[in-house]
Amino acid sequence: MKLSFELNGNPVSVDVPERTTLADCLRHHLLQTGTHVGCEHGVCGACTVIVDGDAVRSCLMLALQADGARVTTVEGLSSADALSPLQAAFRKHHALQCGFCTPGMLTTAHALLTEEPNADKARIREVLSGNLCRCTGYIPIVEAVYEARVAYQEN
Amino acid sequence: MGSVPDFRLVGKPIERVEDLRLLRGRGQYVDDLHRDGMLHAAILRSPVAHGKIVSLNTHEAKALPGVRAVFTAEDVSRGGEALPTIPLRLAPLPELEKFEQPVIAHGEVHYVGEPLAVVVADTLAQAEDALEAIELDIEPLPAITDRRAGMTAIRYTAVKGDGLNVSAPYVRRERFSVQRHTAVCLEPRGLLAHWDGAQTRLTVAGAAKVPFATRRTLAKNMDLPEDCIEMLEFDVGGGFGVRGEFYPEDFLIPFVARKLGRAVKWTEDRRENLLASNHSREMDCEIEIACERDGRIVALRGRAWVDMGAYMRANGSIPPRNVAQFLSGPYRIPNIHMESFAVLTNKTPVGTYRGPGRFEADFFRERLFDMAAKDLGLDPVEFRRRNLPAPQDMPYPLATLDRPEKKEELDSGDYERALQRCLDEFGYSEKKKLQGELIDGRYHGIGVTCFIEGGAAGPRESARIVVDEQGQVSVFVGSASVGQGLETVCLQIASDALGLPMERLAIFHGSTTHVKEGFGAYHSRSVVMGGTAIQIAAKELRAQITRKTGRDVPLSEIDLKSLGPLSAEGTFHNHKHTYAYGAAAAHVAVDPKTGQVELIDYVTVEDIGKIINPLTATGQAVGAVVQGLGGVFLEQLQYDEHGQFLTASLADYLLPSATDFPRIRAFVTEEAPSPVNPMGAKGAGEGGIVPVGGVVANAVAAALAPLGIEPRSLPLSPPKLWELIHRGPPG
Repeated sequence: MKLSFELNGNPVSVDVPERTTLADCLRHHLLQTGTHVGCEHGVCGACTVIVDGDAVRSCLMLALQADGARVTTVEGLSSADALSPLQAAFRKHHALQCGFCTPGMLTTAHALLTEEPNADKARIREVLSGNLCRCTGYIPIVEAVYEARVAYQEN
Repeated sequence: MGSVPDFRLVGKPIERVEDLRLLRGRGQYVDDLHRDGMLHAAILRSPVAHGKIVSLNTHEAKALPGVRAVFTAEDVSRGGEALPTIPLRLAPLPELEKFEQPVIAHGEVHYVGEPLAVVVADTLAQAEDALEAIELDIEPLPAITDRRAGMTAIRYTAVKGDGLNVSAPYVRRERFSVQRHTAVCLEPRGLLAHWDGAQTRLTVAGAAKVPFATRRTLAKNMDLPEDCIEMLEFDVGGGFGVRGEFYPEDFLIPFVARKLGRAVKWTEDRRENLLASNHSREMDCEIEIACERDGRIVALRGRAWVDMGAYMRANGSIPPRNVAQFLSGPYRIPNIHMESFAVLTNKTPVGTYRGPGRFEADFFRERLFDMAAKDLGLDPVEFRRRNLPAPQDMPYPLATLDRPEKKEELDSGDYERALQRCLDEFGYSEKKKLQGELIDGRYHGIGVTCFIEGGAAGPRESARIVVDEQGQVSVFVGSASVGQGLETVCLQIASDALGLPMERLAIFHGSTTHVKEGFGAYHSRSVVMGGTAIQIAAKELRAQITRKTGRDVPLSEIDLKSLGPLSAEGTFHNHKHTYAYGAAAAHVAVDPKTGQVELIDYVTVEDIGKIINPLTATGQAVGAVVQGLGGVFLEQLQYDEHGQFLTASLADYLLPSATDFPRIRAFVTEEAPSPVNPMGAKGAGEGGIVPVGGVVANAVAAALAPLGIEPRSLPLSPPKLWELIHRGPPG
């Protein structure tokens, strides 16, 4: 089954079996492995990508459903050379250890701050509660996202 | 020759070098690897806890499109030879060999999830579809799901003084238990094995934790010389003790790759991860304390039983060994006699999980201490203060463990000072006024406990530093990264030791290609063992350069391009463990109508000797606390009475999320350098989790004291607490 969509600003076309999830399409057909798969049942949030502005679980979405959509993955959050302000805040606050949940945390937080640049810490926690992290205890992640709000407010 | 290196970067909160790739989606975890023409494996696992394999027919599965092969025990045993088994990596004994797990089930199955067959196909979907086509007939046998009906594989005894017989004016005996739970790394395990017949070379990507030990076992089981096998470590999405030990798949995937002469990839899904990766923590005990009336402990004794699951796995000996030896924790106890029994059942086998045996021991001991303090009319903090060793007591001996004999001693520290710092940060004198108070319908409670964390397992670690013709400097170390920030701390140490900025150094770790031997990442050993080996190699390299140039200056002042190639090796030998130590305090509010507990405040203070990077040390402490809180309130691997596994998804097995525990404060200090290594560093990263069960349960007990309730088992889930509250105190 052929489909086309915009991935991180670039048009892509791919031919995948009908049952392919968007996560597997990104990872194994387009070799964009920044998006991680942690549970394949929509609980852990590691596979979160942004589809037409919404943070979605790419393990619960068929690739076909992304036909014609605008998809952003962790690879599309920063330019080639520099970390984005959100990524830099993660680094500064030590908001990642093993890094496996990080792409999903970043995409979820990016979608949140794009919509709600004034989100308070309670709101940030509420939204991030759909993404599991086993290393950090979440506290530095919340701090990082909170600090990164400034960059979204200026836009 | 330069003396001890100045600490320029060591001790600073350096942002991690790993983050630059991990934040941009450029990390490389094992499932990210692609090899042209690689095949995909899926594993058929037993749906029955205990049974006789009547038939296993793979005929139809083999005929499905895309299926290249289906392997069962018949294919592995090569016509009747004994199946390879997984040896104990730690504390092996000949009498435990009969309890080792075969790499694939044959004749009988002993737990739900035991591998029965491996399907290899062109795509993963084809391999998974083919699993459904295998005809399997298992005749069920009675399943043991309660350790009281199980067989003891081994008994360990930890002894000090006359723990069995000494008595005192006050004695109390209690029973406690901890539920089965485990690490649940966010990245599932995975392997990509490739066999090159022409070169007689097996390459296995996905190694973690102990790649050299894994290679040793794999070489033996595959009848290959070790140097024909290359174990490659990529980014690893969490270890916590569970990932990287030798599992059946660590044999099966390389085996099928060799049989087919192809590259074969396997990635476990979350169901397999919960079912097949090591479980841990399931223990119960009966322990007794004997004290003087003033609270001084005279003796601690008792027994613990560990539900090991169906086999003794690679590091399965550690939880029962640790619970016996570390029951006394940081306290000065002259007489100890603690036995632990490793009991076999029909569940997933057990291994270590961050703070193995220590989390459980702290829950048992600290619960008993609070009961004793209450009986004796002592403030629980004062009770602990009276039983901590003083700095002049160091080194202070712990109980000696048997089978094989293992002596331990606490290395250094002012334990009471760490306790006081914790009380100050927590605001204990104010908060303790809330003890047992009913405020807005919720009971408040405070708990305070002390703990130790062992680190720096020997026997040695190796490092090598190479300067090439272009003057590029590469640091190779036998330590392994499981996501803990190894690269950054090793580069900080190397940079200071060489006198070169971090940016000029490349670091390589984990894989078997880098050093002659390596011991990996367990028992919080990487900083002390790998870090010191790097320092020794750096010193050797600088000595070489001094001999060539006549100058002993930081290498940033030397034109390395004109000197290369150079190579220096370093090995650090060590047989003494480090002991980080500290205290934890918790404030909870319990709603008696629902059994819901809110964690209002949590403080942990840990002295870890020389701190390499306060950012990563503090981060690991906070993360460990929250991981421990999962074990206290949420996480439980459950079975029904037939041994059927009930918690095979993250919707059934609950992990802490961002909204659960927002108030955790961690402080790491460096007041007591370890005398057993030149940096004075102590192993760290597990300490945060060790006291969590004890301190939180004590806070809950204090909150519910007006109702006369003493929690004796974890988890402290709302339904369980509700039942305790509404059923009233037992008896």
